[in-house]
Amino acid sequence: MRKEKTLCQKVGRLWSLMVGLKVTGKNFVQPQITVHYPRQTVDNISTFKGHIQLVGKPKEPSVPKCICCMLCVTSCPSGCIKVVKTKPPKEDTSKDAPGDLQTEKKEPPKAPKTPSKWILDFNTCSLCGTCAEVCPVKSIEYSCDVYSAGFSRQDFVYDLLDDLKVRAAAAPAPKKAEKKASAAEPAVAKEEAKAE
Amino acid sequence: MNELSKTLGGVPVEFLHIAIGLVALAAFVGLNAVLLVWMERKVAGHFQRRPGPFEVGPHGLLQTIVDAVKLIGKQIFVPDGADKMLFWAAPFLAFLPVFVTLLPIPWGEVIVAHEVNLGLLLILAFAGIGVLSLCLAGWSSNNKWSLLGAARAVAQSVAYEIPMLLSVLAVVFVTGTLNLSEIVSSQGTGTFSWEGSLFSWLIFKQPLAAIIYFVCALAETNRAPFDLPEAESELTAGFHTEYSGMGFGLFFLAEYANMIVVSGVATALFLGGWNSPFGATSGPWWFLAKVYVLIFVMMWLRWTYPRVRFDQLLNIAWKWLIPLAIANLLLTALLVKVFSHPLYM
Repeated sequence: MRKEKTLCQKVGRLWSLMVGLKVTGKNFVQPQITVHYPRQTVDNISTFKGHIQLVGKPKEPSVPKCICCMLCVTSCPSGCIKVVKTKPPKEDTSKDAPGDLQTEKKEPPKAPKTPSKWILDFNTCSLCGTCAEVCPVKSIEYSCDVYSAGFSRQDFVYDLLDDLKVRAAAAPAPKKAEKKASAAEPAVAKEEAKAE
Repeated sequence: MNELSKTLGGVPVEFLHIAIGLVALAAFVGLNAVLLVWMERKVAGHFQRRPGPFEVGPHGLLQTIVDAVKLIGKQIFVPDGADKMLFWAAPFLAFLPVFVTLLPIPWGEVIVAHEVNLGLLLILAFAGIGVLSLCLAGWSSNNKWSLLGAARAVAQSVAYEIPMLLSVLAVVFVTGTLNLSEIVSSQGTGTFSWEGSLFSWLIFKQPLAAIIYFVCALAETNRAPFDLPEAESELTAGFHTEYSGMGFGLFFLAEYANMIVVSGVATALFLGGWNSPFGATSGPWWFLAKVYVLIFVMMWLRWTYPRVRFDQLLNIAWKWLIPLAIANLLLTALLVKVFSHPLYM
């Protein structure tokens, strides 16, 4: 049984209506807390697992570590990765003497273990992470791209080799530059000492 | 106006006055519907600390027009087994009384579409037709949820009409007239020197009636916290579940137009209409400003309070508003009769 409230108590409860109005009124004049995309962007998304991207070699950042083993292509459940291995350089048969072909077995030149095409169709990607898991050289990592918005399906077919080159070009210069900078400092110090 | 009447071949001036007034009011309502929907979404956004519509047009101003185009382009269908004539009569019945109720409202000292001696009675009478449209919408949809929504809507509207009438009646006792223009004029002039313009407004002489009227206005226009008939989370869309595209658009439009009507009446009755609070710059701009402030308050209430339960809804009407309105009316009648003070004449 609910305890019956007195009239005073019932009228007193009307004060909560005013409190409510004060709360929403305050909210109305306070600044907005949503991030107004695309005019504002967030920068605390380093742990976000976005679409995959290639990892560059430490000494050649615009070349991926990928060895074209095709494990990611075969293990992808949606079949959205396409990797094309670089073709081997053409055999130079013009210099061979006619007799050589019968006696020696020439080995065909080996194909370099680097991809010429690395396409991700993000339209069908289910973000399962299998490709990153099975890659033997850890050439696949997740990007932090949260702003994937486009106008057509083609916008989501990513050419990851291009993407790697762009990122490598935009990245800060590697350790070589640091060595140069630290080498430059004593030189500058010497010059200053000379000037004094 | 007389010259215009002569050039049109002796059409009566009154008729011309009403015709021009209706056209102007139709334009006003149309423009306001677009504006108010935008305002509602922006205000809702700001109460929730987000921007609201922003992309379509500068600060989302064209959003409503684009939404209207989308609504018009939708397929219009009538549910299987529905009563076609009643199904299509309902949205129009919701919308048409708005034009009649807007006629007697005094927007300025002489700006009134049709000054009616029984203006208040006209407004209250035609507001009742909206109830009929709710009933028809729910019944003719051939959908038990719509019917339930309509039953609730009718109960709500009818229950809240009574305290609305009683609170308005108290105002009529004080001013002695049902003519809205005269009620507004009587609020401009203060009888005592200390009154000035502001304190002659009826909200200071009839505060309880003002509050009761405002609560009833919220209930009559199905605004939160009394929006049970269109409670999206409970009854899909209540009585207008089966309406698509333009049918829904008309109900929507009717709701915003009704908001303008009740705010206009509240302004005229309680807030001094077109009178300015400091006596100098009276005019229709003050009337519009007050109407929009009241509409903003309605939106503020919508985004503050949770929806009332149906039994709570009717309890508020029967156990609180009606007794209070009757008490207020009796007290006012007593004071007016016994004292016959110029303050109350």
